[in-house]
Amino acid sequence: MELLSGGEMIARALEDEGVEYIFGYPGGAVLHIYDALFKDCKVPHILVRHEQAATHAADGYARATGKPGVVLVTSGPGATNAITGIATAYMDSVPMLVLSGQVQSHLIGEDAFQETDMIGISRPIVKHSFMVKRTEDLPQMIKKAFYIASTGRPGPVVIDIPKDLTRPDEKFEYNYPKNVKMRSYSPAQRGHTGQIKKAAKMLLAAKRPMIYAGGGVIQGDGSELLTQLARELNYPVTNTLMGLGAYPGSDRQFLGMLGMHGLYEANMAMHHSDCILAVGARFDDRVTNTVDKFCPGAKVIHIDIDPATISKIVMADIPIVGPVQSVLTELLGQVTLLRKKDSSLPDESALDRWWQQIEEWRSAHGLFTGRRYGQSDLIMPQQVIESLYRVTDGDAYVTSDVGQHQMFAAQYYPFDEPRRWINSGGLGTMGFGLPAAMGVKLAFPDMEVACVTGEGSIQMNIQELSTCNQYKTAVKIINLRNNYLGMVKQWQDMQYEGRYAMSTYEDSLPDFVKLMEAYGHVGIQVDKLDDLEGAMKEAFALKDKLVFLDVIIDPMEHVYPMHIAPNGSMKDMWLSKNERT
Amino acid sequence: MRRIISMLMENEPGALSRVVGLFSQRGYNIETLNVAPTDDATLSRLTLTTVGTDLHIEKLTKQLNKLVDVVKLVDLTEGAHIERDMMLIKIRATGAAREEVKRVTDIFRGQIVDVSPNVYTIQLSGTSDKLDSFVAAMAEADILEVVRSGVAGISRGEKVLSL
Repeated sequence: MELLSGGEMIARALEDEGVEYIFGYPGGAVLHIYDALFKDCKVPHILVRHEQAATHAADGYARATGKPGVVLVTSGPGATNAITGIATAYMDSVPMLVLSGQVQSHLIGEDAFQETDMIGISRPIVKHSFMVKRTEDLPQMIKKAFYIASTGRPGPVVIDIPKDLTRPDEKFEYNYPKNVKMRSYSPAQRGHTGQIKKAAKMLLAAKRPMIYAGGGVIQGDGSELLTQLARELNYPVTNTLMGLGAYPGSDRQFLGMLGMHGLYEANMAMHHSDCILAVGARFDDRVTNTVDKFCPGAKVIHIDIDPATISKIVMADIPIVGPVQSVLTELLGQVTLLRKKDSSLPDESALDRWWQQIEEWRSAHGLFTGRRYGQSDLIMPQQVIESLYRVTDGDAYVTSDVGQHQMFAAQYYPFDEPRRWINSGGLGTMGFGLPAAMGVKLAFPDMEVACVTGEGSIQMNIQELSTCNQYKTAVKIINLRNNYLGMVKQWQDMQYEGRYAMSTYEDSLPDFVKLMEAYGHVGIQVDKLDDLEGAMKEAFALKDKLVFLDVIIDPMEHVYPMHIAPNGSMKDMWLSKNERT
Repeated sequence: MRRIISMLMENEPGALSRVVGLFSQRGYNIETLNVAPTDDATLSRLTLTTVGTDLHIEKLTKQLNKLVDVVKLVDLTEGAHIERDMMLIKIRATGAAREEVKRVTDIFRGQIVDVSPNVYTIQLSGTSDKLDSFVAAMAEADILEVVRSGVAGISRGEKVLSL
């Protein structure tokens, strides 16, 4: 029997759990833990420059690998700084364990130095949280936390640890449990067979089917099965922003992303569909536009691991609660069975007409390439993403921040594989891209990792350039620079008659090339289209270097298509500044 | 429609705040709330009343069920059930009112549990409606203080909420 202190238990439990990295920042309340990590722990610790970045890095790591990301922060400001990252992970259902230090047990509630009620502050943005009361509970609690974070609908779990429970001189028996069972938590293991049979029937009876797949397909490792199902039936597929890569982006059956900035053909096909198979998607307001007008002729089959997501916004005709893998496997089986019995299913001629219609939409308003307005020779943002796609052979991990650049990346970089597109979809957190890219690069050091960003977002966590220097994380930062907060400006152009309230920096932006040099990295600025591809290649040729490609783009470009709101339906879109459906 | 939702939850610190927090987070109201340990010391029984459409309540119960600390949940209003709310009410009882207060208390089958020269403290239990009616019947009297337990409820017959 081994006796360990609380701090040592944490270090050992993370090893026993097979954790690859801890992202964190030390401070008073976690010093015993850090000392234990320092003395004896095989798990490397990545020292970020701000706790928000620790959570985003762990988040990026988790999204890319499918394994929970681990964060260690101190009490008070360490914990509150982590909040935005926890909320980001919560909204996008990312498995994460956050260990936060707390003041000593006897000081709790006395407004002690660096005390904050972390359990209270994080309550609405965690899947669950634990407050440690007894050191000997730590191993069991950590095991439970990993179990909760990574099963069912994944999400962040916080463990708040008072300092005195980690002190080195008080040792307890350590046994890391192999499994845990919880009477109050048991996510569905499989879908309801009767429902799946009904779904197969409805799916095969469809004349204008659509498969609408979201981030749950990626989280649940269901991409292959989804692709198999779609190909077997020759049904069109659209992905949500979170679901990009769940179905191969360059495949003919893929209609692109749907929603507010979804592709014309994807939104049109959704609106006119008679049967929607929603898998691991949650009918977010950025997808549906006005809910009352959402896809009026469609029956909805909704598969999700989280029963609370089903019929939350759009009523499902056939709800199926279960893990995407097991449900899709069973659904595929039922579809095959039904087709064996009746080879006329699905109705091929109806499907042909449906595809004809989709191809018409596709050719009428595909993705725009080239110069849209006027004759300026500025680079268009879309061209930057296309260049990134070519230079990386479409095989990079791409993280993004939030804004126009995020939408351009989502539209113009077709992802053929899951887990390659890593962005803050639900919370929309600016400052996510760079730390997330660090997490991805640490997980996959031999892969290309690009962070598509803008000069607004990058400055929200720019301090992480120092972390990248310390750990030699050679990510490539592609800065779509228009000298505006682009998405804010777009809305101000469209709804506020071009009054750019606080969306410009005037002349206050740093010289990014010099800044990169100061941080020990490489900065390249491009302002001519002719130089773009060369500079992009140069950036990726510098294998061991973080390269910041500062691309001056046309500031007047907007992201299109764009849903017309309020009161619009899926099919109501702006297609350019002066063209609408 | 008024609903009585009753649940067993882990008797853990913070469990109650998760349940209560969910209501404000998701825009629901709690009308009454009652929580206490059960015969099993590891479990608390929480009963609350709220108002909402069927769809609202379905969404709400799904969210409540998702809370890791909530072990089991039932909407008692879906079936036959017994509900009890308990009230302690302090009423000024002097002169002619003294007799009248006692008379109404008897009609409602309440008990006077504390007496002072000027004040009666009355205990009354029953459905929330009954308690409301009692308070209404005392409208003429001088009510000094009212405290209610909130609704506790249980299903009729064989049906039980247990592990």
